[in-house]
Amino acid sequence: MIEINIHKRLLSNTGDFNLNISCTIKEGQFVSIVGPSGAGKTTILRLIAGLTLQDSGSISVNSCTWFNSTDKINLNPQNRKVGFVFQDYTLFPNMTVKENLEFALKKDQSQNIINELIETIELTDLQDRKPETLSGGQKQRVALARSLVQKPSILLLDEPLSALDGEMRSKLQDYILKVHKKYKLTTFLVSHDISEVFKLSDHTIKLENGSILQQGTPEELFLDKKTTGNYKTTGTILSIKSSDVIKIISVLSNNNITQVIAAKEDALNLSAGDKVMMTSKAFNPIIQKIEETKLNKTLNKREARQ
Amino acid sequence: MLDWTPIILTLQLALITTVILFVISVPLAYWLANTKSRIKPIIEAVVSLPLVLPPTVLGFYLLIAFSPESAIGYFLNDVFGLKLAFSFSGLVIGSIIYSLPFMVQPLQAGFAGLPPSLSEAAYVLGKSKYQTITKVLIPNVKKSILTGIVLTFAHTVGEFGVVLMIGGNIPNQTKVVSIAIYDEVESLNYSNAHVYSGILLAVTFTILLLVYINNNRSNKF
Repeated sequence: MIEINIHKRLLSNTGDFNLNISCTIKEGQFVSIVGPSGAGKTTILRLIAGLTLQDSGSISVNSCTWFNSTDKINLNPQNRKVGFVFQDYTLFPNMTVKENLEFALKKDQSQNIINELIETIELTDLQDRKPETLSGGQKQRVALARSLVQKPSILLLDEPLSALDGEMRSKLQDYILKVHKKYKLTTFLVSHDISEVFKLSDHTIKLENGSILQQGTPEELFLDKKTTGNYKTTGTILSIKSSDVIKIISVLSNNNITQVIAAKEDALNLSAGDKVMMTSKAFNPIIQKIEETKLNKTLNKREARQ
Repeated sequence: MLDWTPIILTLQLALITTVILFVISVPLAYWLANTKSRIKPIIEAVVSLPLVLPPTVLGFYLLIAFSPESAIGYFLNDVFGLKLAFSFSGLVIGSIIYSLPFMVQPLQAGFAGLPPSLSEAAYVLGKSKYQTITKVLIPNVKKSILTGIVLTFAHTVGEFGVVLMIGGNIPNQTKVVSIAIYDEVESLNYSNAHVYSGILLAVTFTILLLVYINNNRSNKF
């Protein structure tokens, strides 16, 4: 059980505000923290890791106190059992991939964990390379492996995948899910990507201006309007063309260009560049599988065996 | 016959100064690069002072301080038996102060240029500040270290004013090459002055050339 009570005054370019967070997380949960930029998401991770000092409150992990302002307890980052994956990877440039992992070893800790991680996160071909020769996705895999060497109980991921493209993202999400389960971690993920939140987490905290706006399962937070039977998506108008009595509006949504027909009167207040929401009565949407995730493949195999 | 002792003395002085300065400057530069203390500007100004102060001014104050009649000179002589004025040890201390900015500034810039998350990553991995500095930060500011070492060495080889003020011109003790050249020219002994000058020119040029070749070849860690 992880109990978090955070009070900290934050300075931001839009004005100062208070970060007030109070929540209890069960061991083994995968928690995602979502919210607009500057809401204090990264700060929460930094406070848990002890990299930033909070004004008051407490943090306790499995009834061990990491921070308590009234008892003046403040464990330094070295003594908190966390793994931290930074947004900009922060691999040590002077060390090879393997040396980066070895540097993370505790005194007298066996080398076995490194071989195990290299295998789990498939770094065998990269282990003798220097970080500067790796791609973004490869660097992030090394950073993930390095954060797990000391077998932390909590894994903190600060937008680890935001710089990666779609396919690489999905691959890394699989790795994250794999290690989360394998090492029985309690994981905190800061993310902007709702599909990522759905895929990975079982508990979501929605922040705004330093306070928790909502929390619950991703389904509870994002699917609250599921009973309306509407399909909704947002996009940007690329162009509006006239065709006889109607207008054809091209909308860019999730990297797809969709053409929507609108009456001339309806299109009057629309122009190219506007952000719009498209709604459709989804009584007969067609669903087709494009790709099977690795996780599902293994689950299916397992079911077949049973 | 050319007297080689000034050259050996100069190289000894430059080497000892560089080694001591490196040891002093790493923690000082690290502190300057990371501190938010209010006295930081004062320390920075003191460190940079030798860049703008005429060497004779620095030499003059050091000479006054080292003299057995001053409180500092008396204390050093009384407690440690150190006579710094007109001695090699005095030259070393003078050179350390005189070349301080040439070591501290490149190191400070190097440390300040590293992302703070690099240290934080090491702290989260349970590494102490000392381990972080020696294993992570220093290896990643190698270029700055090389620059600092070379500049300090070359600057010490080339110093004249401070040495003349606090060291005088004692053969085997304080007579470094730059003083020897001055000495030879004064006694119209141009051929010896040529040899000393030529050696100094060749040595310093070679050092700088090697550094720039190395810098251009490896722009990586």
